[in-house]
Amino acid sequence: MELFTNQILAGIATGAIYACMALAVVMIYQAIDHLNFAQGEMATFSTFIAWQLIQWGVPYWGAFLITLVFSFIGGILIERVLFKPLAKAPILTNVAGFIALFAIINSCSGLIWDFTIKQFPTPFGSSPFLGSQLISTHQAGMIGVTLILLLLLFFFFRFTRVGLAMRAAASLPESARLVGINTSWMIALGWGMATAIGSIAGMLIAPVVFLEPNMMLGVLIYGFAAAVLGGLTSPFGAVIGGFLVGIFENLAGTYIPNVGNELKLPIALALIITVLVVKPAGLFGRPIVKRV
Amino acid sequence: MSAVQEVVTEAPAIDAVPKRAMTLGYGTSLVILALLIIVPLLVKNFIIFQLTMLLIYALAVLALNILTGGSGQFSLGQSAFYAVGAYTTAILMEHADINYALTLPIAGIICFVFGFLFGQPALRLSGVYLALATFALATAMPQLLKLGVFEHWTGGVQGLVVTKPDSPIAVLFGYKISQDMWLYYFTLAISIAIYIFSVNLLRSRSGRAFMAIRDNEIAASAMGIDVALYKTLAFGVSAGITGVAGGLGAIAVQFVAPDSYTITFAISLFLGMVVGGVGWLPGSIVGSAFIIFVPNIAEGISKGLSGAVFGVLLFLVIYLVPHGARQVAMVAQHLIGKLKKN
Repeated sequence: MELFTNQILAGIATGAIYACMALAVVMIYQAIDHLNFAQGEMATFSTFIAWQLIQWGVPYWGAFLITLVFSFIGGILIERVLFKPLAKAPILTNVAGFIALFAIINSCSGLIWDFTIKQFPTPFGSSPFLGSQLISTHQAGMIGVTLILLLLLFFFFRFTRVGLAMRAAASLPESARLVGINTSWMIALGWGMATAIGSIAGMLIAPVVFLEPNMMLGVLIYGFAAAVLGGLTSPFGAVIGGFLVGIFENLAGTYIPNVGNELKLPIALALIITVLVVKPAGLFGRPIVKRV
Repeated sequence: MSAVQEVVTEAPAIDAVPKRAMTLGYGTSLVILALLIIVPLLVKNFIIFQLTMLLIYALAVLALNILTGGSGQFSLGQSAFYAVGAYTTAILMEHADINYALTLPIAGIICFVFGFLFGQPALRLSGVYLALATFALATAMPQLLKLGVFEHWTGGVQGLVVTKPDSPIAVLFGYKISQDMWLYYFTLAISIAIYIFSVNLLRSRSGRAFMAIRDNEIAASAMGIDVALYKTLAFGVSAGITGVAGGLGAIAVQFVAPDSYTITFAISLFLGMVVGGVGWLPGSIVGSAFIIFVPNIAEGISKGLSGAVFGVLLFLVIYLVPHGARQVAMVAQHLIGKLKKN
């Protein structure tokens, strides 16, 4: 029984990363109805920026803030320059655009910072948390940051004018435009926020998996799995989905033989397909009705 | 977030492609065929090998084109089907000593079944979700191939070495036929057969059903088309052709290993389709040439740059020529027509 609870705790700790990534995925999906395949690469790039700043002697939290601002502006720029013209294009064109972005950013981080593995510092330290051997202070910090992020997002969407406008623009763009909301800029804002959240996920996960250009591929797949499980239309669901996926991954690794690191990605695949087939709207998502 | 139930009119998956615009005229086809037959006689073995790969990738792109251009479904997971085809051929040749030519139909059938089965859950998904599921399939495939359970058959991380087949005719009209050349003509024959099959498939009743589903699924089902059957069928056919291409690829490269079939490869094939023009079958060979030669050139400029060059070119294609090579070909045809009049 102790092994079981231990594994659940460890699962929650890894789940926090997936939750962060899923949150970023859902943010963009809310804004533009597309999944951003380049999300992971964008997060990796932001993390590299933070790493570089720290190398130059900027204190951790300073680098953290600069990276957040950089990612926010970067996300908005990418939307304005590259994806705004594609708003009315068929889905295929959009998917191709995301893939192009994926390739460009991945290759650029490789070119600028090469492919060697880098250490990334943690602000929380890595001593055991509250005397427990199970999770380190870094993991506890990760869970804390994710929860704070979720709370902030909740307040932003629930109680601010901009948050309300973003929700309106996402759910009924035409009506939102009629009441005077600049829907086009709401989409850009969504991109900026998603990129910033992604960069937080990147900076939190980098101390655990080490920094290199392909660091995010596995995390992105798990983030997708979490977002799909929680429902692509619900930020709250995404976070819950992230924790559930983390727990599931750890339990499967412990109790099913032959499933270690070897089968990490196939598990995520199986999870995505199962959820999409059994309950396409996810646990907390809204079902979508199609108009002929 | 809001309590309003969402009612959406889904954006089309791809632009509709008129049926006539999907193929080439007889004259042009014959010229291209003649080129494909004559050129290998004049060049070195290494270039023949590259031409063979060109045909093989063209087949894989063609398969994706049938799926996306024909039935409007996405796949970022073609590398998985290609890998299954390649491994089937490699295992049958090396472990069961089956003649290489016979392994190809088996690879095709196995992939057809695999694709058909994967098409079942894919039925529930459309657009982005389908892209997501196939994306996950492609990333998971290398890990599945490395699995310890299959190591006896697949060779695990090391992969399998495949023996290159000898040419059955050593000398023809006083002309020596090398292994590479034989393999090229063997591939060419299969490619032509599959191309003709695909053209006819899209012109048939099934092809019309695919296109009806692509243009409007609900209207198609109202006309009495069995949407589920035809969608999975499109997946199966596409996977089957990709499997044959994978088998040929294994023979040509003489080696299969899990890390040759990563998501990067799936993305290349997708890129090849977009560059060649979605739904334009002859564009497959243009797309294939693009994904074979452009990375070489980009690597020549700077190592690790190929990804960025790929991405930038893809954006250029999306913005400037959204219909890929088809658009270029049409403009060229138009210009030639004008010149003739003057």
